[in-house]
Amino acid sequence: MNSNNRKELAHWVVKQAVSDGADEASVDLANSRDIEIEVRKGKLDKLQESTQNSLSLSIYANHRYSSHSTNDLRRESLSRFVSEAVAMTKYLTEDEFRYLPEPKYCQGQKQIDLKINDNSYSGLTSEDRVKYATEIDAAAQAASPKVVTCTAGFSDTYYESIKVHSNGFEGSNAGTVFSAGAEATVEGKGEGRPSDWDWRTYRFRKELPSPEVFGQGAVQRALGKVGQEKIETGKYDVVIENRAASRFLGNILGPLSASSIQQKRSFLEGKLGEKIASDKFSWIDDPFVPSGLGSRLYDGEGLATKRRVIIDKGVLKSFYVDTYYGRKLGWEPTGGGTTNLVFDYGDKSLDELVAQMQRGILVTGFIGGNSNSVTGDFSAGIFGSYVENGKLVRPVNELNISGNLMEVMGQIAELGNDPWIYSAWRCPSIYLTELQISGA
Amino acid sequence: MANISRRKFVKTGAGWVALASVPTILHLDPARIFAMPVQGGELSDYMGLFSVDRPTIKKVMAAALAHGGDYCDLFFEHRISNWVGLQDDAVNRAYSNVDMGVGIRVLNGDQTGYSFTEELTPDAMLNAAKTAANIANSSARSVPVEFSLHKTPNYYPIEELWDKVGIDQKIPFIQKLNQRMRDADNRIIKTRVWYGDWSSHVLVANSEGRVTYDYRPMAEIHASCSAKQGSVTEEGSYSLAARKGMEHFSESNLKLAADKAVSRTVGQFEAIQPEGGEMEVVLAPGSSGILLHEAIGHGMEADFNRKNESIYSDSINKPIAEPMVSIVDDATWEYARGSLNGDDEASDTEKTFLVRDGILRSYMHDRISAKHYGIKSTGSGRRESFRHSPMPRMRCTYMLPGPHKREEIFASVKKGIYCESFTNGEVHIGPGDFTFYVKTGNLIENGKLTRPIKDINIIGNGPEVLKNVVMVADDLKMSVGSGMCGKNGQSVPVSMGLPTAKVSAITVGGTA
Repeated sequence: MNSNNRKELAHWVVKQAVSDGADEASVDLANSRDIEIEVRKGKLDKLQESTQNSLSLSIYANHRYSSHSTNDLRRESLSRFVSEAVAMTKYLTEDEFRYLPEPKYCQGQKQIDLKINDNSYSGLTSEDRVKYATEIDAAAQAASPKVVTCTAGFSDTYYESIKVHSNGFEGSNAGTVFSAGAEATVEGKGEGRPSDWDWRTYRFRKELPSPEVFGQGAVQRALGKVGQEKIETGKYDVVIENRAASRFLGNILGPLSASSIQQKRSFLEGKLGEKIASDKFSWIDDPFVPSGLGSRLYDGEGLATKRRVIIDKGVLKSFYVDTYYGRKLGWEPTGGGTTNLVFDYGDKSLDELVAQMQRGILVTGFIGGNSNSVTGDFSAGIFGSYVENGKLVRPVNELNISGNLMEVMGQIAELGNDPWIYSAWRCPSIYLTELQISGA
Repeated sequence: MANISRRKFVKTGAGWVALASVPTILHLDPARIFAMPVQGGELSDYMGLFSVDRPTIKKVMAAALAHGGDYCDLFFEHRISNWVGLQDDAVNRAYSNVDMGVGIRVLNGDQTGYSFTEELTPDAMLNAAKTAANIANSSARSVPVEFSLHKTPNYYPIEELWDKVGIDQKIPFIQKLNQRMRDADNRIIKTRVWYGDWSSHVLVANSEGRVTYDYRPMAEIHASCSAKQGSVTEEGSYSLAARKGMEHFSESNLKLAADKAVSRTVGQFEAIQPEGGEMEVVLAPGSSGILLHEAIGHGMEADFNRKNESIYSDSINKPIAEPMVSIVDDATWEYARGSLNGDDEASDTEKTFLVRDGILRSYMHDRISAKHYGIKSTGSGRRESFRHSPMPRMRCTYMLPGPHKREEIFASVKKGIYCESFTNGEVHIGPGDFTFYVKTGNLIENGKLTRPIKDINIIGNGPEVLKNVVMVADDLKMSVGSGMCGKNGQSVPVSMGLPTAKVSAITVGGTA
């Protein structure tokens, strides 16, 4: 199917739904080609290549709502699929807030090129992929005699999607994503085998660094963990490295959604316009970052995306509001999902942030952990390095960091100048003061 | 194991047939699936489900092995998932998914070539086979002459396929569960219910001529609520999952889910985050098996060991815990969420001893690792769907009962915590560090359960913590929740279990 056929099919499904009895319907049609290569010990370990399709249909019938998806796109199958989907919707209870987004919210998409589709993608061959991954692996093996094993990988995706609403909205999207990296395991002291990864994601093939970067990076990070131990329970300053920071900030995302507010499961209820974090902390949702991994012109509901300031110098300015929960709360929708998260970055590198620390911990990663979205209490495992007088003293592990998110966000002293641009969440390194750490 | 009669189908269909029912999607004679026995059918019945026959499978295998390769398999899957939900006292949302395809895998030594197609036409399957074949680079291998159905035991016999249960049969249960939560406590301000079923027909054919078929049901109840006391709001939930049919949605499960969701929510008003640090920890029977899943389970998956990535890579036949400790990974526990009649590469499943009387005994193997170690597969080769190649995974991981009594375990603790419910865990295979997050529990002071606790993470090192398992009671329970296990981007349902047990020292997160 070419993209015209797909568009035509999406419109056909919408029409079928309406003729079967839906008042309104929306259809998302997506397809992708995914390739994944893994190399281990100089040998191709895994080669996977496939294309896939999916169709998702949302039905609004007498203010009753349901949503259905299938990967069988044959018309005769879809015809039955649609009529059964419409028929079952009628068994549900009426919900006055269920209808398609009003067209005014879907209009006015920004007219720009997001630069998310690499036209050179089709020229990429299996040999290119294998060669790149093989070079990552070779660099890892050569980086240290202590390497026990390493898995190097290269994967890429080309995707297309189409969205059609029965009330006139139509959108389409296409993009490429390239990922590469390695995970290395090294000899430790005793039985343990420290391991770490260096894995990054890009929109354009030409953005990928030389493969040695990943092989050496993963091995150096793993070597940095040799000899990890616990430290004493107590209060410590903490710097969270940029690539680990999304695990921490992720705890705040759920409570920022309108659905959490409406369902009484957010510690941020009633906090709009109030100070919820330190002055140093601003959180902006920017859908228009060129080549951003979360860049898009319309969101999952078809709403035209906008730049949204969520937290401005510590003050809560906006929730993530989709149309359904927005209606229930009587709020204007702003969009229920994240695009790219950007921050008010500081002017110091990770090393400079660490150099400021008298006694503390550089957190290079989290392990496990969770939070209570209604109270803001959280607790999570961490590892990294113990720091004294601005210098890394020794690697640490088996520690838990605990506290309350409202308090801890107030303890953000500084953000680094180093957004992790290999994710849609472009988090910088974060300096936090006086956090409770449980260890020995 | 009742045969589903044509008459029953018509009767069900008169009310409401499951949305997007199998015949629609598979483009088959509807009578075929609805007349099919849940178990005990013939090979031709099962191949017919996917509109394939022996000659087609042979042709596809010939293409898969056209460049050599030691082995290939075809994994046919058809899955229907249904979710019906309640919020704000109304059953006002339903989601469903129908998914179908075949994964084609070629093994060349320990190398894997993989492709899948969502179209079950001979041409599409041949194309996928040609892609997977590229892992090998020599002359063609011959394919089997004959295929035969290898019959497996059935650890989850059910009366009626989920494919035939309509939404109208689900709604009253949801409403009653909601009402029970609403009536239980006047501090409840919001309630939420999900009714889920997802079930698959799986047919695996391999180049050794072996074919297995499995119907895998799954039923899930999720109840959650928010409650307010003064200015404080709390939230809690309870899930019940099993490989069952409609019988899972019983009156007793309804009461259990509603009552537990409410008590876990309002119980938190009194709960605190405790002081942190190293201390004695007692684990409740049941879902505390998450400790085993993280501390030893993942590290015993043989792929991590054949690659020398695991802290357990050199530990087979070595003592690893007290002699009272035996740990198994079991596919045969009746109706358990993680149980499997056959694994995802047509191997027989079993109850595998990881640790017997304190000695580390066996990894969990798939076909690749079994060949690497020169032994038989433990039937642990699992995959998320036809889109994924299999790897060694856990099924139901638990510790066998020990010599102690629950009361004597509590009595032995001067100051520690008791862990009752959990949300998630994680492990790093190489160093062996692992964590799990305790949602609810209690302090233990001078041998007694005292103040409730909540929301703390526990972190430890696998081999160290196993050595520190110093007491094990005789009250083994299997988890009943909706546990999913993630590994290398693939998610599969699992169970875990534990008797009441004590760990003498482990690091507990805390606020002081």
